Formats: sequence, C-alpha cells, structure tokens
Amino acid sequence: MMAGGNVRFLVLILAVAICGAASVFQPISDSHRSAALDVFVPVDGSYKSLEEAYEALKTLEILGIDKKSDLSSKTCENVVKVLQSSSSTLKDAFYALNVNGILKCKIGEAGPKDIVSQLQAGVKDAKLLLDFYYSVRGLVLAKEQFPGTHISLGDAEAIFRSIKSLSQSDGRWRYSSNNPESSTFAAGLAYETLAGVISLAPSEFDPSLIQSVKTGILKLSDSIQKYDDGTFYFDEKSVDASQGPISTTASVIRGLTSFAASESTGLNLPGDKIVGLAKFFLGVGIPGDAKDFFNQIDALACLEDNKFSVPLILSLPSTVISLTKKEPLKVKVSTVLGSKAPALSVKLTQALSSKSVDSSVINNQELKFDADSATYFLDSFPKNFDIGKYTFVFKIVLDESAHEKVYITEAQTKVPIAATGAISIENAEIAVLDSDIGSVESQKKLDLTKDGAVSLSANHLQKLRLSFQLTTPLGNAFKPHQAFFKLKHESQVEHIFLDFLGLVEKLYYLSGKYEIQLTIGDASMENSLLSNIGHIELDLPERPEKATRPPLQSTEPYSRYGPKAEISHIFRIPEKLPAKQLSLVFLGVIVLPFIGFLIGLTRLGVNIKSFPSSTGSAISALLFHCGIGAVLLLYVLFWLKLDLFTTLKALSLLGVFLLFVGHRTLSQLASASNKLKSA
Amino acid sequence: MVKSTSKDAQDLFHSLHSAYTATPTNLKIIDLYVCFAVFTALIQQVAYMALVGSFPFNSFLSGVLSCIGTAVLAVCLRIQVNKENKEFKDLAPERAFADFVLCNLVLHLVIINFLG
Repeated sequence: MMAGGNVRFLVLILAVAICGAASVFQPISDSHRSAALDVFVPVDGSYKSLEEAYEALKTLEILGIDKKSDLSSKTCENVVKVLQSSSSTLKDAFYALNVNGILKCKIGEAGPKDIVSQLQAGVKDAKLLLDFYYSVRGLVLAKEQFPGTHISLGDAEAIFRSIKSLSQSDGRWRYSSNNPESSTFAAGLAYETLAGVISLAPSEFDPSLIQSVKTGILKLSDSIQKYDDGTFYFDEKSVDASQGPISTTASVIRGLTSFAASESTGLNLPGDKIVGLAKFFLGVGIPGDAKDFFNQIDALACLEDNKFSVPLILSLPSTVISLTKKEPLKVKVSTVLGSKAPALSVKLTQALSSKSVDSSVINNQELKFDADSATYFLDSFPKNFDIGKYTFVFKIVLDESAHEKVYITEAQTKVPIAATGAISIENAEIAVLDSDIGSVESQKKLDLTKDGAVSLSANHLQKLRLSFQLTTPLGNAFKPHQAFFKLKHESQVEHIFLDFLGLVEKLYYLSGKYEIQLTIGDASMENSLLSNIGHIELDLPERPEKATRPPLQSTEPYSRYGPKAEISHIFRIPEKLPAKQLSLVFLGVIVLPFIGFLIGLTRLGVNIKSFPSSTGSAISALLFHCGIGAVLLLYVLFWLKLDLFTTLKALSLLGVFLLFVGHRTLSQLASASNKLKSA
Repeated sequence: MVKSTSKDAQDLFHSLHSAYTATPTNLKIIDLYVCFAVFTALIQQVAYMALVGSFPFNSFLSGVLSCIGTAVLAVCLRIQVNKENKEFKDLAPERAFADFVLCNLVLHLVIINFLG
C-alpha cells in the first residue's frame, strides 16, 4: 500500500541529525514496577474515585503486575452502581466503562442498554469538548465490551464538524465555544474524540474533513518543544495552565495514536520527534505522583502499541571502559517498555575524544550480538584508544526483513563514555634549591608507589621542588585533575598546597620536622595515589610578636570540620522610652495651662450672651460647634486608629457640612451685630 | 539713677497696664489664648525635653509646632479683629474667625498625621 511504503521510506531515511548533548535513557525496568506498587496504593481496598481506579489499574496492567484480585470486588461494586444508575454523569460513566474493560465486572443484562442510551443522548446534547469526549469515548468502550448491543452515532458527520468547530488555527483546541482560551491538552482530547467518531461512524467520511484534521495535527506538532538532551515534549502556552508538560504530552500522544489507528495511517510526526517524545517520558524517571506515573506509562504504551512507529531505545548498562580490565562495552536495544527489539545491528560510527573533537578514533565498527543476554558488545578497541573522556556515536540499522510493526530509531545516539586506565609515574624526585641561584643543594629520588623515608632539611630562604612524570598506558603525557602536596607538622598542624611554595607566615613560623604527603588523582586514573614521601626539616625564623599563633588542634582529626562558632546577630536595641509615670506626670503638667486659660476667661467675664436665641440660628450655631467638635474627634480617632485616606474622606464630608453651617451662623451673627451697630 | 530707672520701669508697667484694660474683651480673650498656647509650648520644650530628651522626635516636633502654630493663628485673628487696625476695616470679624477656625483645623490635621 502506498501509505505503508511511505512510512517505511520515512523510517529508513535517517536523515535528520540530532544535535544535542549526549545522554543515556533507560527503558522501563523492574524498578519502575516495584515503584508502581508503592505509588498506586488503594485506600481501604478501593480507590477514591473511578478516575483514580482507572489510572491505577491501567498502569498496573501495562506494567504486567497483577493486582486485580485484591481490588476487583469493591471497585466492581462502584462500577456496577454507576453503570446501572440513570443519573450518573458522563464522566463517571466513561471511567466506569474504562475500569470495566480492565476488570471485566459482571453487569446485568439491562445495564448496558441504559448506559448506551444515556451516552447516545449525551452525544446529541453535547456542546462542550469534555462532554463530547466522555460520551463518544464511552460509546467506543461500550461497543468493545458489549458486542451485542446496537450503537449508532446518529449524524456522525455533524458531530465531527461540531467538534472540529472548536479547533483553532494553530492546532490547539478550545474547551467550549464561549471560552476563547485554547489548550494543547484539549487538542489531545479532541483527537481521541474524533478518532472515536470515525470508528463508530457507519460510513466513510468526506476525505477533506480528514485532511483538515491532519493539517491541524501538523500545526500542532509545530508547537512541540525541545530540551537540550534531545527530548521533545508538548506544553501549554499559558503559564497558569492546570496541566503540566507530562499530562499535556501524554494527552497529545493518546490523541494522535488513536487518530492514526482509526485512520489506519501512520502518526504524522517525523521519526526523530517520536523518539524524542519517548525519551522525554523515559527521562522523567520514576514519578512520585500517581497521575504523572499513569501519564508516563500510558503514553509509552501508546507509542509501543501503535502499528506504524514503534520507537526503539539504545541504552548502556555501564558507560565506563576500563583498559586494564579489558571488558567489552555492552549496549542494549529494546522498546520503551523494555520488551525485545527485532533483528537489527548496532554500529559504532564514531568515537570522538574530548580533546580532539574533529577526528574520530574509531570508525564504523559493528558490534557483535550475544543472543543469550540480548546485548551487543564491542570487545576490541584500536591501538590508539587512550584514557580520557569520549563521546561515542551509535547508529541502529534495522534488518531488511519484514516485520509486523514498523520500528523507528534515532539517527544517531550520542553517549558519553569514560575510559580509565593505570597511569605510570616515573622520574619522581624532590629537591631543595637555593632560591636565587637555582642550584640544587640536595636532591633525592623518590619511588612514589611505596611510602618513602626521605629526609631533607631546608630553611625559609630556600625553595622546595617536587617533580614527577605521569604517563598513560600508551605513553602519552598526562596531566592529572588533582595534585596536592601536604606538609604536616609534628603537632598535627597541616597545610595543603597546590603550588609548591608556601609562605612562611602561613606556616605559622613553626620550625621543626614536617611530613610530606603527595596526592594525585583523576577520573580516568585507576591508580590514584596518596603516599607519604618522607620528612623535611624546616628551619624558619623566630616568630615576631604580631604573627598569629597556630590554631590549637584538638586531638580528634575530624574536629576541624565541626561546627564553627555561632554568630549571634545583635539587633538594634530599641531606644529607652522614658518611664511611664513620668509621661503621665507631664500630661498632668500640660493640662495646667489649659485650666489657667479657663480661669482667666472667667475672670475676664467672658460670656455667651450673644448666643442667638431664635431657633433657626440657634440650631445652626449649635451645629457649628458640634461640627468643630466632630472634626476634633475625628482627629483623635485618626491618631488612634484610622489611616490618612479614610480620615481625609471623612474630613471632606464633615468639612463641607461645617462650611455650610458655619457660614450660616457667622453671617447671622454678623447681621445681628450690624443691626446692633446701626441701631 | 537706679532708682529712676526702676521708677521708670514701674511707671511704664503701670501705663501699659492701664492701657491694656481699655482693650475690648474680645481681644483679651485672644491674648489669653495666645499666652496659654505659648506657655504650653514652653513646658513641652524646655521642661520635658530637658528632663527626658526628645526621643520620639516627630512627636516632640508636632507637639511644639502645634502650640506655636495655633498661637500664630490667634495673633493673626487678633490683628484682623482689632477695630483700630485700619487695614482690616472692611473685613468682618466673623470672616476672620472663620479663617481662624479653618486654618486651625488644617494645622491640627497635619499635626496629628505627624504625631505618628
């Protein structure tokens, strides 16, 4: 068939080179299975909801763990209850049918008919994407589980169109026609629903409709995102989406695989993206959350079960080659869920050393296959394979024979490999030199493999030189990652130097006998060493008065790593407030002048005679005084409790009132006094 | 000499005193108020601060300034109300009093805000 030929053509072209950092992905293994038993733990023999029950049971079924017998009774009760009641929601019915598919509970004769008619009514009335999803997928499940009942979808094309109307031009889908927000997760649900409609439809669909869906899939796959290590994933555009990348990618994969299965075509994604999606899920490791675990395993199962693009993963049990042990490098190829791969061959196309990235040490070596352990191995390395860090590039070539399924792999898999070996140390010697001239005063040869008993003496004017040569097994010069030189005084005062000249002050002016210790280490070196070279007598000048004394070392060797002295943070001490009584006394003192004022007023003979007597003016005068009093009260409240803004608001109101009243009062007073004057 | 100066001082004082009693009552009230305010300010600043210190400086400032401010406003009022003052003849004393009240209210709002 044309379609099959196209797909196979796509598979065999390993055209796109993946430029990414190298990393190793392991397929699903037994550690996943034991973790699944811990994550999906039912509470009291059943799960909290049918959704959780479905997720747990499906995951355990895919992983091949049989726990059905423990849970089936209570969960089946729930399932039967939901399927037999006529008022269950579409969501409950959907998950009940899903669980029934796994557990195969016994439902009576009448049950299926009710639920089917309920779902069919749901399809007719559905307006939201989720309603379409639950009802259509529920009908698909019912058709599988109850083969006798008759299920018809009504006007399938109309339903297809109404689901399609919720789509957007960038490939995403909206949840309802009212809500303009679109989501990638909803797109996955929509593709699953459309696949269900196609499979339930009595007749063929208009190919233009199918084509429009396929273009939508292409647009959606443009929004795929990538991490640096070559994994691909889908994520939501908006930041506060409720679905993370794992659930979004899983939903899209479910949608695309079910759509491809219903259409009997391949997934409309290029091969490296499919493998990238598989690697994304494998890279998650073992999730701790039940929903993430379900999404991971379900998506990987979808990728594995589809007929047209099954990804294969290349993994290495160990990425270290030891040149001394002469063990072969093992490589495993399997599907994502850990099952066997078909007949293929693995080639090591290049081995790029970290030092010289252009030229490759090994070229196009084919790995031998060991059928017993189902691993490929490489046991012979070329003569110029030295220790160090390498990047090995593997390529999987599928055998030409016909397969049931079509497999896809990455174009090349890059794996970081470290090669280790034994380093030989030669020409080690230690010398004391006169500082300026550089002439050797005393020189001794060292054998660094054994503890030496060299003894030297020096004073602060001279230099100490330690030299040695490290060579790799092949004879190339080698520079270690770490080289430490340690001097230890008799009283256990230690100093560690990286470069070989220590300052006199750093040695705390302690003269006497020092022990010399040399440490050389590196990741590629199998025989890193720590050796005592010998002793050196240092004759240092007298300590001047100001120099720091050596710290007193306690006898315990690990005490220098103990907790340091605690630094206590001193907050600014709040200033001392005067005593409370003093403040109260002064309050009394302040009041005194006020009393004096009142007394003076009475002595002056102040009166309120001109307080107006007629009612109108009396009221306004009274209100005026009340107004002023209210404002002052407001100020007191402001001081005690309120903030500026509420005060200003209240003040503006009171102010307007006061203005009005005051104006009236004062004008009346003025007119009264005018009358008095003129009279 | 000394005697004469002291007598002069006494005479001065007497004349002032007699002149003062002639002033109308209104103005005396205002004068009394001014004295009260200034006296309060003195107590706050001199006595309290000398004894205790001006720790919450904003409170100290607002206290002193409220007294001084209201004294100043009272003086303004006195100027405006005094009938012998030719510049303010056309201004009705009630209007001056209204200004006094308004300015005092604004002053006290600011003071209370600053009091903290």
